[in-house]
Amino acid sequence: MVPEIQGQMRRAFAIARKDIRIYYLKGPVIIFGVLSPSFLFLAFMIGRNLPVDFLIAGLLGMTIFFTSTSVTPVIAPTETQTRNLERLAAAPVSITTILIGDMLASVLFGMLISLVPILLGVMFGVGVAHPLVLAVAIVLAAFCFSAMGLVFSSTPTSMTSTVMMMSTMIKFPLVFLSGVFIPIHDLPAWGQALASISPLTYITDLCRYCFQGAGANYYSVPMNIFALVVFLVIFMVAAVKLHERSLPMRL
Amino acid sequence: MKNVTNMIVAEGLTKNYGELVAVDHIDLKVAGGEIFGFLGPNGAGKTTTVRMLTGIIRPTQGRIHIAGFDLLRDPIKAKEVMGVVPELSNAYTELSAWKNLQLMAELYGVPAKTAKARAEELLVRFGLHDRKDHKTKTFSKGMKQRLVIAMSLMSDPEILFLDEPTSGLDVMSARMIKDVLQELNNRGKTIFLTTHYMEEANQLCNRVAIINHGKIAAISPPEELKARIGGLGRLEVSFKSHVDSSDLRSISGVTDVRESGDKTYLYTDEPGTTIQHLVDYCRAGSIKIVTLNTLTPTLEDVFIKLTGNGRGMEEVAEVVTNGS
Ligand SMILES: Nc1ncnc2c1ncn2[C@@H]1O[C@H](COP(=O)(O)OP(=O)(O)OP(=O)(O)O)[C@@H](O)[C@H]1O
Ligand SMILES: [Mg+2]
Repeated sequence: MVPEIQGQMRRAFAIARKDIRIYYLKGPVIIFGVLSPSFLFLAFMIGRNLPVDFLIAGLLGMTIFFTSTSVTPVIAPTETQTRNLERLAAAPVSITTILIGDMLASVLFGMLISLVPILLGVMFGVGVAHPLVLAVAIVLAAFCFSAMGLVFSSTPTSMTSTVMMMSTMIKFPLVFLSGVFIPIHDLPAWGQALASISPLTYITDLCRYCFQGAGANYYSVPMNIFALVVFLVIFMVAAVKLHERSLPMRL
Repeated sequence: MKNVTNMIVAEGLTKNYGELVAVDHIDLKVAGGEIFGFLGPNGAGKTTTVRMLTGIIRPTQGRIHIAGFDLLRDPIKAKEVMGVVPELSNAYTELSAWKNLQLMAELYGVPAKTAKARAEELLVRFGLHDRKDHKTKTFSKGMKQRLVIAMSLMSDPEILFLDEPTSGLDVMSARMIKDVLQELNNRGKTIFLTTHYMEEANQLCNRVAIINHGKIAAISPPEELKARIGGLGRLEVSFKSHVDSSDLRSISGVTDVRESGDKTYLYTDEPGTTIQHLVDYCRAGSIKIVTLNTLTPTLEDVFIKLTGNGRGMEEVAEVVTNGS
């Protein structure tokens, strides 16, 4: 059993390398990954008198969210259309292996791009108070949002535009729920309740803790990490179940 | 791989798409080292069958064993022993030929060193070596198809499934692929081949199955099929001057006469004696023969008999009871 799992993991890495070569190492994908959260962020922040560390924490949370959910949703529909999926389905890899491969590539991408806001923060003199927690938070969030992207891609379509539209319709409202622009402390009770159902809330809260120090966070650090793990498990299980259903419909 | 005589075994294999029964309770056994041809008209259920046998889609009903592994229970093990060339498959167009081959090796757990050597060998064999670092989107159709076949061979599979591998290719590419299949078979590999080219099946296959409307109409070696179902032999004659076909009908042994272009076809049960009677007839009437050929039924004749004009199914019953 163990060697089999190892074998499947190695194959997942092979799929991740393929994804990176085909879908991630492209100028537009990388530029879009950096720019889109930055623009959205600026649009809401300009003219409001907020501390830089608060801004950077929010920007980092959003960057991980947008980059990690940017490419995973389109891989399955794209490969449906290019007819590469049938090749993969004939190979000795399980659907879970394929999805883990897609997720790993996305995690790596999310992690790398998240360096941009961190470096931006350093330039503005924002130090990281808790680097270890920040590292854990980034990795965990990247996994969590990549898995979320896989849930989006389970619609059995070959139209990437359909999937993109759907995922955008969910992603944008989530940003406004998640205490990115307004600290959770300042939200009304119903707003706090809504924020608690968004995974983005927890990573943003962790970023607040890491950049602004203890006291800036609303939830405790273990609570935040626990919440992200729970979301990751839910998204991953849902993605596997949904893709198992939809894969035969794509062929 | 387990030690079994039948590399592919399917029992009661069925696939429903809603109301449509695409594949209807078919049974198949393909022995190790056999080239098995799978023929049928468009929409007969060939691709659906191959997809089920290769674990790409789940059958609605039925059991499949590949090299002794239960495909539905142990899909990874079963898939590891087979190479697959799907009907409309593609390499990753954004990757080079080399990268595509290496990806296959990784997906099938081939050690890196073996993979490098094998990729070199296959690229040379398929005439793609000078283009190995080019993205495959720059490849022609024939080059792409050769690459897809090379990809399926990266794991040196014991069983190879190919769904119309030569469709739309030029004579040279098609011949190269046929030669490779023959070589693989000589090395003991089992091959399951779907094709619309009767002559290809006739040349390559130890046995062929003809499928129509999701049911198997016949399974036999091509020669046996031709002898049993192909119908009568015929003589193809070309006369120097026109000969009235009603006169030819009176020649002993001739059962039917048809004309087509400058050729006349005489249908007969005993081509040998009929030739003698024909020659006698011509000598008596001073008729000059330009050419004379004996035609035996082809696989195409068999195919048309079994699948043409919806007549297939009655004959199927007959064939099956004849014991195949
Ligand atoms: N995904 C699907 N959904 C619904 N019906 C399908 C699907 N795939 C195949 N079919 C139907 O199943 C039947 C058999 O199709 P299949 O592709 O197996 O034929 P085939 O023998 O491979 O034909 P061809 O020679 O044209 O490739 C057809 O009637 C087809 O319309
Ligand atoms: Mg087909």
